[in-house]
Amino acid sequence: MLARIFAIFQGRNREFLRDKASFAWNMLLPVVLIFGLSFALGGDRNAYTVGVLQDSDVIVEEQHPFLGTRYIRFVPTSDKDNALRKVSRHQLDLLVEFGDAPRYWVNPDSAKGYFVELALLQSDTTEPAAIDKEQISGEAIRYADWVLPGILGMNMMFSCMFGVGYVVVRYRKNGFLKRLRATPLTAFEFISAQVASRMVLITCITVFVFAATHMILDTRMEGSYFTLFLVAVVGAISMVSLGLIISARVTSEELAGGLLNMVNWPMMLLSGVWFSLEGAGPFVQNLANIFPLTHVLNAARSVMLDGATLGDVAPSLLALTALSAVFIGIGARVFRWGQY
Amino acid sequence: MTTVLEARDLIKEYPGVTAVDGVSFSVPEGICFGLLGPNGAGKTTTVEIIEGVISATSGEVYYYGEPAGARFRQEAGIQFQNTALQDFLTVRETIEMFRALYNQKADLDELIEQCSLEDLLDRDNRKLSGGQRQRLLLAVALVNRPRLIFLDEPTTGLDPQARRNFWDLVQSIRAQGASIVLTTHYMDEAQVLCDDIAIMDAGKIITQGSPDELLRQRYKGLIIELPISDLTDELRQIEHTLYENLGIVEIVTSDVSSSLQQLSPHVTNLNHIKIRQPNLEDLFLDLTGHTLRT
Repeated sequence: MLARIFAIFQGRNREFLRDKASFAWNMLLPVVLIFGLSFALGGDRNAYTVGVLQDSDVIVEEQHPFLGTRYIRFVPTSDKDNALRKVSRHQLDLLVEFGDAPRYWVNPDSAKGYFVELALLQSDTTEPAAIDKEQISGEAIRYADWVLPGILGMNMMFSCMFGVGYVVVRYRKNGFLKRLRATPLTAFEFISAQVASRMVLITCITVFVFAATHMILDTRMEGSYFTLFLVAVVGAISMVSLGLIISARVTSEELAGGLLNMVNWPMMLLSGVWFSLEGAGPFVQNLANIFPLTHVLNAARSVMLDGATLGDVAPSLLALTALSAVFIGIGARVFRWGQY
Repeated sequence: MTTVLEARDLIKEYPGVTAVDGVSFSVPEGICFGLLGPNGAGKTTTVEIIEGVISATSGEVYYYGEPAGARFRQEAGIQFQNTALQDFLTVRETIEMFRALYNQKADLDELIEQCSLEDLLDRDNRKLSGGQRQRLLLAVALVNRPRLIFLDEPTTGLDPQARRNFWDLVQSIRAQGASIVLTTHYMDEAQVLCDDIAIMDAGKIITQGSPDELLRQRYKGLIIELPISDLTDELRQIEHTLYENLGIVEIVTSDVSSSLQQLSPHVTNLNHIKIRQPNLEDLFLDLTGHTLRT
């Protein structure tokens, strides 16, 4: 069985590596995006964001005049430690808590924090100001630091989904799958070879792109490289498996392309590739959890930005493993070799 | 003689059409069995059911007396009518990839020599001519030293020279003891290669036997061919012609001399007369009323 899996694995790897146009596209797209965004956005987020420490998910403007300030995005949060860490990393410009003893936390090294603090104090009409100030220190996280895992994850998603989904449909349509069907190769062996091939290739590409951007842009890496690598591997398996479900029976490349886009675009928008979903409604956040990319990005950002350990990202890895098992199970069950 | 393959009452129904309608036959060990018929007769569907590539609506397939299964997949070699290979692989890599899928493996050098692929080993399999590609596909079908080989329309689209070369190759494989199931709509190919044939039309086998035996049973003599335009009106009205096809009249006779004597007063130009042996194409025409290549 292993010899058969290896034969198909090796054949697919050769096909991918010798298709120079596809290979170059897979390598260049994430690099261009990361560098382009990094320079275009000057390394910073372009909006003011203030965390509001409270239990409720709804911001009630009547609590304080500051909450009615225009051009500031107010994000409710009940996780104080996490919110303070974000203030220290400049991911939140300010954290504020209203109630019996109103107070706020600001990073004195944050320029945006300085302006948001002025807005807060100006909106507070009591004399003297009835809100306590606390300072948090820490280096800023540039947008490039934050978006790097997102773009690597997005590239992984497109490569895994199209690289397997589209290719399997092409094999089915041109009769290559039918030819394999006439050999002792089983559906499980074929699927395993496809998953392994794409997982190895995309992991290598991701490692290369990560290393290059990390060295050139000096992006933040607080955690362990091994943990991050594990997140990439488990995430790739999960997304390849999702691609296999879509390609399990489809015989038209056009339909496959449409179905893959139907999954990829919501996944890209809801998983937090470009912007954080903090502040989004619970429905959107729960919906995002069904996508493997959400768990990949949460875990990768935790490792890269917050120094999360293997134990810290274990829930994300478990979620990805469970999703992979479900996807492969469904894919192997509904897989069809031929067109009819 | 041991039976390698037996198909029992195979039926394949698609919505509104029965592609294979109760086909049964058996293939003794060591022979080349031909499944003949026009396009759409059900040959490929029948063979693909046997190969396990598509499922039958009903019917059974036996390999050495047992239901065709894992052993069949390990021991059968298959060349499809149309098939794609993995892109960007060389000829050698393609053969090696398929070879790795089987427990029993043919000697690589012998296989390459047998299929005359020595000069093509490093060539991208997408850059082969029709004949070269067919030789590669045959090599892929032989990677497991099969005891039973399926060749589905293997020479369709090849030039006459490439067809002849392919026939030589098939005969060399057969000489090594393998059994062959060949589907074709070329009657000359079947006549050269096959020991036993079954002619299919509209999903059914309409006759079966060795080519010589079938022709002997059906025809007791030779065929005289002449253009209908060379006949006088008087003879045209006599109903003793076998067929008129594309302006040619064919007359079966057991006594050529006598027939020619009778014909000569009614033929305006004797230069166009041909006398030949009946062949499988005549047999098919006779049995079905239409030509094989339509």
